[in-house]
Amino acid sequence: MKARVTVYPRREILDPQGKAIRDALTRVGFPGVDDVRAGKSFEISLDTGDPQAAEGQLREMCEKLLANTVVEDYSVELLGVEGNHP
Amino acid sequence: MKCGVVVFPGSNCDHDVYHVWKHVLQQEATFLWHQDDSLQGCELIVLPGGFAYGDYLRAGALAALSPVMGAVKRHAEAGGLVLGICNGFQVLLETGLLPGAMRRNENLRFQCLDVHLRTERTDLPFTGRLAPGQVLRLPIAHAEGNYEDSAERLDALEAGGQVVFRYCEPDGRVTPESNPNGAARNIAGIANTAGNVLGLMPHPERASEAILGNTDGLALFSSVVEAGSRHLGYLQNVGAGR
Repeated sequence: MKARVTVYPRREILDPQGKAIRDALTRVGFPGVDDVRAGKSFEISLDTGDPQAAEGQLREMCEKLLANTVVEDYSVELLGVEGNHP
Repeated sequence: MKCGVVVFPGSNCDHDVYHVWKHVLQQEATFLWHQDDSLQGCELIVLPGGFAYGDYLRAGALAALSPVMGAVKRHAEAGGLVLGICNGFQVLLETGLLPGAMRRNENLRFQCLDVHLRTERTDLPFTGRLAPGQVLRLPIAHAEGNYEDSAERLDALEAGGQVVFRYCEPDGRVTPESNPNGAARNIAGIANTAGNVLGLMPHPERASEAILGNTDGLALFSSVVEAGSRHLGYLQNVGAGR
């Protein structure tokens, strides 16, 4: 089972990196960008084929290590079994 | 008093702390490797500055899971003294020994300069030799010192007297201009509720000798030595309990 975990700064918290990227986008000709949140993405391969078990494990990984939930949110996306991508 | 300085791959202020403790204060000091799970009877554990595990994932996140941190947690929970400086402070936050989290500095720059700090607590083992409101000048060198927590948790931190140092003007006024990284409420250093764990972003070990032009940092270390001699029996019990 392959999965993608995305970690990004929480909405209510100022993201200095995202703000700097938004300002830079404005400078290179994209004045319509209202907001950018800069985060991280992890592609994770698991040995289980069970979507429920996979999701449970991935959420636990986020809580224990991948995200710092004081300042970050995360989302988990299952990409299907290897060789059988949706 | 025996001090253990933890060495993670990427620590770079470990020798500075060791030098101050051993040669300036003439106390016993040893290095503790991150793979060790024994603290070798050390009464004070220092998590030094640097870039533990390359700051991969988040500053302090991987170091927090190293074998030595399990022992440091048990030491702290038994009342043993733990001091985290800069990256060591970040490790304490990621370990959960102190509340809150660090974000990138507000201006996104690595800040390397001297700052002024107002002392908010003088009843801790780390601050006994300081006067209430005393202003210290200490160097900072970090990219992620922008302390953050929810408003309720920051209120609880303040109410519990856990804020130990705040960025301030040379005269002690706490202003937005004196805040070098955007930290909530100008917070530069905090303690746990029991007061035996302290984390701070500035580097006292880089300002502990006259030859370096600044000895403001030495008071933190000499406070611990003094507290140790006052509470030696208590600390020995903590040591024996491990």
